[in-house]
Amino acid sequence: MTTTAPPRPAAAPQPPARPSLGARAWGLWLRWWRRLTAMRTAIILLFLLALAAIPGSLLPQRSLNQNAVRQYFADHPTLAPVLDRLYAFDVFSSPWFAAVYLLLFVSLIGCVVPRLGEHVRALRAAPPPAPRRLQRLPDSAELATPLPGPAALDVVEEELRVRRFRVVRRSGAEPTPPGPAASGDELSAEKGFWKETGNLLFHLSLVALLLGLAGGKLWGYEGSILVTEGQGFCNSFQQYDTHSSGALVDGSDLTPLCIDLEDFRAEYEEDLTAASYTADIRYGGPGEEGEATTIGVNDPLRVDGDRVYVTGHGYAPRFTVTLPDGTAFTDVSAPFLPSDQTTMSSEGALKLPDLGAGVEDQLALEGFFAPTGLMQGGVLTSIDPRPLNPEVAILAYQGYLGLDSGLPQSVYSLDRSQIERGRLSEVGRANLAVGETLTLPDGTAVTFTGVDQFAALQFSHDPGQVWVLGAAIALLVGLLALLLLRRERFFARVGPAPDGGGTVLSVGSLTRGGGESATSFAELTGRLQAALDERAPTPSAPPSGGAAPEPEVPPRDR
Amino acid sequence: MTVDPSLAELSDTLFSIAVALYSVAVVAFSAQLAFGRRPARQLVSAGGGAPAEAPAPPARTDRWGLAGLAVTAVGAVVHAGVLVTRGMAADRLPWGNMYEFATAVVLVGVVVYLLLAVRVPAVRDIGAFVLAPVVIALVATGLFLYTETGPLVAALRSSWLAVHVSTAILGFGIFFVSGIASVLYLLRLRSDARGAEAEGSFLSRLPNAVTLDRVAHRTAVFGFPIWTFAVIAGAIWAESAWGRYWGWDPKETWAFIAWVVYAGYLHARTTAGWRGRPAAWVNVVGLGVMVFNLLYVNMVSTGLHSYGGLD
Ligand code: HEM
Repeated sequence: MTTTAPPRPAAAPQPPARPSLGARAWGLWLRWWRRLTAMRTAIILLFLLALAAIPGSLLPQRSLNQNAVRQYFADHPTLAPVLDRLYAFDVFSSPWFAAVYLLLFVSLIGCVVPRLGEHVRALRAAPPPAPRRLQRLPDSAELATPLPGPAALDVVEEELRVRRFRVVRRSGAEPTPPGPAASGDELSAEKGFWKETGNLLFHLSLVALLLGLAGGKLWGYEGSILVTEGQGFCNSFQQYDTHSSGALVDGSDLTPLCIDLEDFRAEYEEDLTAASYTADIRYGGPGEEGEATTIGVNDPLRVDGDRVYVTGHGYAPRFTVTLPDGTAFTDVSAPFLPSDQTTMSSEGALKLPDLGAGVEDQLALEGFFAPTGLMQGGVLTSIDPRPLNPEVAILAYQGYLGLDSGLPQSVYSLDRSQIERGRLSEVGRANLAVGETLTLPDGTAVTFTGVDQFAALQFSHDPGQVWVLGAAIALLVGLLALLLLRRERFFARVGPAPDGGGTVLSVGSLTRGGGESATSFAELTGRLQAALDERAPTPSAPPSGGAAPEPEVPPRDR
Repeated sequence: MTVDPSLAELSDTLFSIAVALYSVAVVAFSAQLAFGRRPARQLVSAGGGAPAEAPAPPARTDRWGLAGLAVTAVGAVVHAGVLVTRGMAADRLPWGNMYEFATAVVLVGVVVYLLLAVRVPAVRDIGAFVLAPVVIALVATGLFLYTETGPLVAALRSSWLAVHVSTAILGFGIFFVSGIASVLYLLRLRSDARGAEAEGSFLSRLPNAVTLDRVAHRTAVFGFPIWTFAVIAGAIWAESAWGRYWGWDPKETWAFIAWVVYAGYLHARTTAGWRGRPAAWVNVVGLGVMVFNLLYVNMVSTGLHSYGGLD
């Protein structure tokens, strides 16, 4: 990169008096700006970016796994808070990570925008004049022809134009307007603007990609929910088990969409590897009948830029509770969370806080669910993820659940503190197969009636996503052009042949990128010689001189 | 879907044969280096025009080199057979776990080396230095990463597996050769710096520094867009499989780090003050990051990508 310096105001030539504060500040700013947009700085910033990402992969991150972070705090009680203050658990949203990539992008913009202007100018400007000594160029040769100088250059120009070079003819240092009519003793040609175009497209796509990413973070949101077969949810933050949203998301105007889960299937290989999850759902606006479709792993529902995914599944055991007075609560269920993905043994709790008027005690069942149960030494375990022989091991509690105590509690377990305080006490326990009943001391009967499947669904809204995809494609196209194309400059000058008859054409070329240049140069000069010979009244001597070894890419300045 | 045990067994046998053939190739290439007589030392001008490659070495050593190449080529065919039979045994693409991934990466490295050796004769001389790491990598893969042939977990059953993982393997394999070329370039520079004292050592028989540097750069230039594409394809797949195109999962993070390091290498290669030695180090670090990503992220950390197949 030898010509990238942004147009700089000429430095004041030795100011007589102290420069004004403004001028000094401007000078300082310029100096820093140049330093920031220098290639060397870009390399350093790239490494800083790579380094800055490392802690994000070695330490647990809140954005990925809250539990792992909590575990880390438990394991390292003194270190963790210190790390936390350094944003070590939120690396990718930390100010220092942002500082690195913002600096890099400022550097990139400062580096690329001047090049953009230069490139546009270069597209319109004529190729530069031929260097004085063509034989010093990395590739050069001499072609002899009996044609007079201008006619020989006409031939060369024609051949180059066919090869999509832009050609200009000059006499000496005086530029003349391009065109076959013009004559001159010198020719400059250039092609390969796509390489630089690719370079600019690539770097600017990086900026576009970052903007798309940022936009998606600011205006995007995500919600997760467990939905049991036969139930559904509508897109609102109140309904989700967990959700996260960007700073500019207004929770009140989310896409109005409701999803009902009609059926869920998990299929397994013989070795019990999960082969596929499929969910039959119905989706539509609130109150609408909705459209039916099937979604699964790798196959989300896509509506209007929003997406609904199946991210997991599990079982919700079903119970019928019959109170001593005969009141029955039929087929109440709660999702039990899988604690082991290979056997789908699950744990959870079913809470019945309101058993009707006159019943003061609340009831809860807590325990273990095995889709295919097996008793081993008096302990229930699961040996298969499929519901071949569902069994539960439950503890029944009566008393006060503490749901309205004001403290949030997990829906998957009971509030231990109520048990410790004696407000909730165990009143029975049993291992039940489907159809079996546990009768509590007060006469309440709890029957295990079966099992439903639930699906873990995720609703995602990311308005930046399409933009990011477009930027990624542009980036790749630009990169291919940048790396694979070559920029080529070709020069020719006529001189008298040493023996007086005809002309010797000195030609030379300067190539950047795209591999070996010597062979393609030899090929081009061969064609030129052939074309010259064709036009010549008499045959001429073969080309002399030869292709020099390929040059290294000249180092960029700065 | 059942696994065909006899094909799976054949795959394992071919693996051993490939390792054996590559070991023979290392011996042949070493013999080439040991018995080869280097023509007069060439001076390497710093950054200037490349001196022409030395004329072909005497025929006897060339024969060792050609034998090494031939054995390597046969080894590569057998090596490809490892993956083909595994794929047939499980009736799927043979890159669903770490063992298969690493085996495929090494194969790409060998093939890239062979292609280079055919096109750039000087590159034949680095055979021992490519094949020795190949043998080490394969033995380590066989010992530590071996996994029984088996079906894929649900998230991997997507046509994006073919696109994303194939390009990742391709990019990794190319970077593997590129990284070795940079290591050899650095060694060669050291040997050059020691001058006459290093005369006759293995290292002085390497291709000259300019050639090694150029091989490293060309291969990295080839690998970079492929790796870029692999990362983009991974993001597209993640969008449909995991609900977001990018989530800084450890594997994603290290893929990003590797990408940034290689971008740094390409920049460094053309920036005054960074060319030569520092740039080569960046390329070596890049390869280190790729290997770390394969081993550490699959074996130690937990993330969505850790279905490497190790129990
Ligand atoms: C987000 C960070 C960046 C990435 C990932 C990146 C990546 C790349 C890549 C892969 C190349 C191709 C190298 C080659 O020609 O072999 C390149 C070239 C280049 N980059 Fe960057 N770059 C970044 C930032 C910058 C910055 C900040 C600058 C300015 C200081 C810059 C200036 C250039 C220039 C001038 C080229 C030259 C292409 C040529 O004509 O050979 N880049 N960049």
